[in-house]
Amino acid sequence: MAALLEVKNLGISFGGLRAVDDFEISIQKGQLYGLIGPNGAGKTTIFNLLTGVYKPSEGVIMLDGENITGLKTIEINKAGIARTFQNIRLFKELSVIDNVKAGLHNHYKYSTLEGILRLPSYFKTEKAMTERAMELLKVFELDEEANYLAANLPYGKQRKLEIARALATEPKLLLLDEPAAGMNPNETMELMETIRFVRDNFDMTILLIEHDMKLVSGICEELTVLNFGRILAQGETAGVLNDPQVITAYLGE
Amino acid sequence: MSFISYLINGISLGSVYAIIALGYTMVYGIAKMLNFAHGDVIMVGGFTVFFAVSMQGLPTAAGIILSVVLCTLLGITIEYIAYRPLRQAASSLAVLITAIGVSYFLQNMALLIFGANTKAFTSVVTLPAIKLAGGQIMISGETIVTIVSCIIIMTGLTLFINKTKAGQAMLAVSEDKGAAQLMGINVNGTISLTFAIGSALAAIAGMLLCSAYPSLTPYTGSMPGIKAFVAAVFGGIGSIPGALIGGIVLGIIEILSKAYISSQLADAIVFMVLIIVLLVKPTGILGKKIQEKV
Amino acid sequence: MKKLTINKNTKDNIITYGIIIAAYIVMELLINTGHISSLMQGLLVPLCVYVILAVSLNLTVGILGELSLGHAGFMCVGAFAGAFFSKCTQGVIPVDLLRFILAIIIGAVAAGIIGFLIGMPVLRLRGDYLAIVTLAFGEIIKNIINVLYIGKDSSGFHFSLKDSLSLGLGEGGEVIINGAQGITGTPKDATFTIGIILIILTLVIVLNLIHSRDGRAIMSIRDNLIAAESIGINITKYKLMAFSISAALAGMAGVLYAHNLSSLMATPKNFGYNMSIMILVFVVLGGIGNIRGSIISAVILTLLPELLRGLSNYRMLIYSVILIIMMLFNWSPKLINLREKYSFKRLFKKTREVQ
Repeated sequence: MAALLEVKNLGISFGGLRAVDDFEISIQKGQLYGLIGPNGAGKTTIFNLLTGVYKPSEGVIMLDGENITGLKTIEINKAGIARTFQNIRLFKELSVIDNVKAGLHNHYKYSTLEGILRLPSYFKTEKAMTERAMELLKVFELDEEANYLAANLPYGKQRKLEIARALATEPKLLLLDEPAAGMNPNETMELMETIRFVRDNFDMTILLIEHDMKLVSGICEELTVLNFGRILAQGETAGVLNDPQVITAYLGE
Repeated sequence: MSFISYLINGISLGSVYAIIALGYTMVYGIAKMLNFAHGDVIMVGGFTVFFAVSMQGLPTAAGIILSVVLCTLLGITIEYIAYRPLRQAASSLAVLITAIGVSYFLQNMALLIFGANTKAFTSVVTLPAIKLAGGQIMISGETIVTIVSCIIIMTGLTLFINKTKAGQAMLAVSEDKGAAQLMGINVNGTISLTFAIGSALAAIAGMLLCSAYPSLTPYTGSMPGIKAFVAAVFGGIGSIPGALIGGIVLGIIEILSKAYISSQLADAIVFMVLIIVLLVKPTGILGKKIQEKV
Repeated sequence: MKKLTINKNTKDNIITYGIIIAAYIVMELLINTGHISSLMQGLLVPLCVYVILAVSLNLTVGILGELSLGHAGFMCVGAFAGAFFSKCTQGVIPVDLLRFILAIIIGAVAAGIIGFLIGMPVLRLRGDYLAIVTLAFGEIIKNIINVLYIGKDSSGFHFSLKDSLSLGLGEGGEVIINGAQGITGTPKDATFTIGIILIILTLVIVLNLIHSRDGRAIMSIRDNLIAAESIGINITKYKLMAFSISAALAGMAGVLYAHNLSSLMATPKNFGYNMSIMILVFVVLGGIGNIRGSIISAVILTLLPELLRGLSNYRMLIYSVILIIMMLFNWSPKLINLREKYSFKRLFKKTREVQ
């Protein structure tokens, strides 16, 4: 079976700095895949390349058999990649439910005129959007806060809301950038359950960046370790984590 | 030959814009705000000289000093009363609107004191005009003084910022207020100093402007203020050489359009050039590119 | 929970509409019973104009989150397009109301198109840069209208950017737009009632847009552009949509303005950046993104100089002081803290509501 995400020879330079070099990855449908590495290794840069925030200097990105290299962020989202951000980026002045409804934007449509004139299609579609959004919020136990302003949510819940919003765009591949950052061990455990639940119930493929090794070893089936923009090790989680090179990179000489 | 006279006039007007633009650019760099009242400080500078010299009969030198001192104090006071309380405000629009309020205040204050009639401003420059190329080109004393003042101010300010402790503090505050504070820099004092310098320059610009275009009303500073702001943006806001380049280019374009195209459309042409520059280089000619980290 | 939001929005909107209608009824009663000065009556249409301008600018500043200082330029386009149409068709369309409605549509569409054309290149600029470019465009529009001459004779329309003579009008020709003299003799079709109807129309468009799928997209761009892109929202499309609708509504206000005057000129006072700034003051003082606030502050700030008229020369000075004090009072973090400390809400220990 062809991989869902197939990346070959991906690279980018900023000025003279080689941020990512010869990056390759192959993720199967339904996999939970981890991308780890020390700070500044280029993990978030790879997410930015995959989602079109940066244009790669070279390389090919294939999603589900479709070449998405060099497309704009919007087009890549429509092609099926959604993401969360390391530094949370919510629509802070919108309510929690509206954040998710914004994610549903491209799947529930009515025209501007129908919206302004409040035609029946407006009420019908808005109702369907609300229902779908509430379903997603329930998964992340955010349904009770649906009408809070996103800015007023506690930190852990903001991270969850970002995942819910990304899922609302109905992606094939979900990229999570440090989903457990700033969470306490209990919250992290809970998050692991949620991520697994999302994979199983939404039939999702997930690539995540994470520093929390307990989370990584607990849920990721395969790992890629980055160091200085290059792949250090790649393969099944247990094997990679025992790789002496990886241990050196993490713990120093 | 008339082209060269126009060009010189353009550089002269541009020098005034550059001096005003310095005030905008420094204040923007350090306080991240558009000081809409800056143009009106120019007018206050002009009226002070008018009051001292034409109405009270004081010597010109006394008028100039009085004007600079008064505008400096005014700048510091405005910052202290109207802008400082809003520095941490939730929206940066708040201080913009307050600046507009201050602008209205200064205009109406002048209107109350001096009335709406246009005042004939007596030039503060006594230097005679020079004739070049056998009398074909005449350069007025005002023009010479304006251009020379601009050069002196630019050099002085560059030296001040790069060579003195206070100047370095200004750079530090404009980079990062929090970090500057932690390094023991008096942030409030530095911002006050910036307003003081900017306003003193506005006073000088006001005198030069009124000497070259000797009519004075409470609204005299408004349009030159806007154009100097355009010049600052044009050159790259926050940059001192940018203010100089922006000011001079703007002055030349304005005078040449007035001479060769249409005096009514001169402003439109100036603004059009600004738009084109910004579309090609969104942060101005010498502006730094800022990219948001994802 | 879900019901609550819908109710809250609807309730909020009903209050806004209610205020407008109540104000209309009260004013009409006062006019009919002769309790209102002619000076005040003359202010009614301008009030409607300013309210529409403030609400429409709030769409750009509060909802889209972009600072525009060229709103008066769009008003100017609308005013001249509408007045030009009315002047040309004065003899052709005998029904005043029909002609005025058409003029409003034409003014709004013209301003909307100009807004779209300007927005396309400039909306990728951010913050203060966008502000200065919109200011520049406003001034350009005003300057061009000041040198625009359009005349009409038996052979059709003639244009010139020089003077009315170079139009070369034939026998019986008429200059319609006469450069800096503008348009004279526009039919005075604007009434308070039509003004109120246009306000309500503006509110319906703006409020319904905000609470729709497109409004959500626009506000998501305001709150976080990068995140909005990442969920597939077309940034350019929605920025342009908000900006053009805002411009079109300003154009509509311009038509109303033009049909309230016997001669229409583009001066720095009515269509210059000072006007744009004044509209921005309404928006910021009323609360950025708060539509009802825009209406209230537009009314108060327009009436304030008139109410202070007794103070003659001091009135604009006092106006400016009030403006500064109100801004400090509303926005200074220190004063906000102080107010919260001694507010009645706190005294009654009312639990703080979220949202």
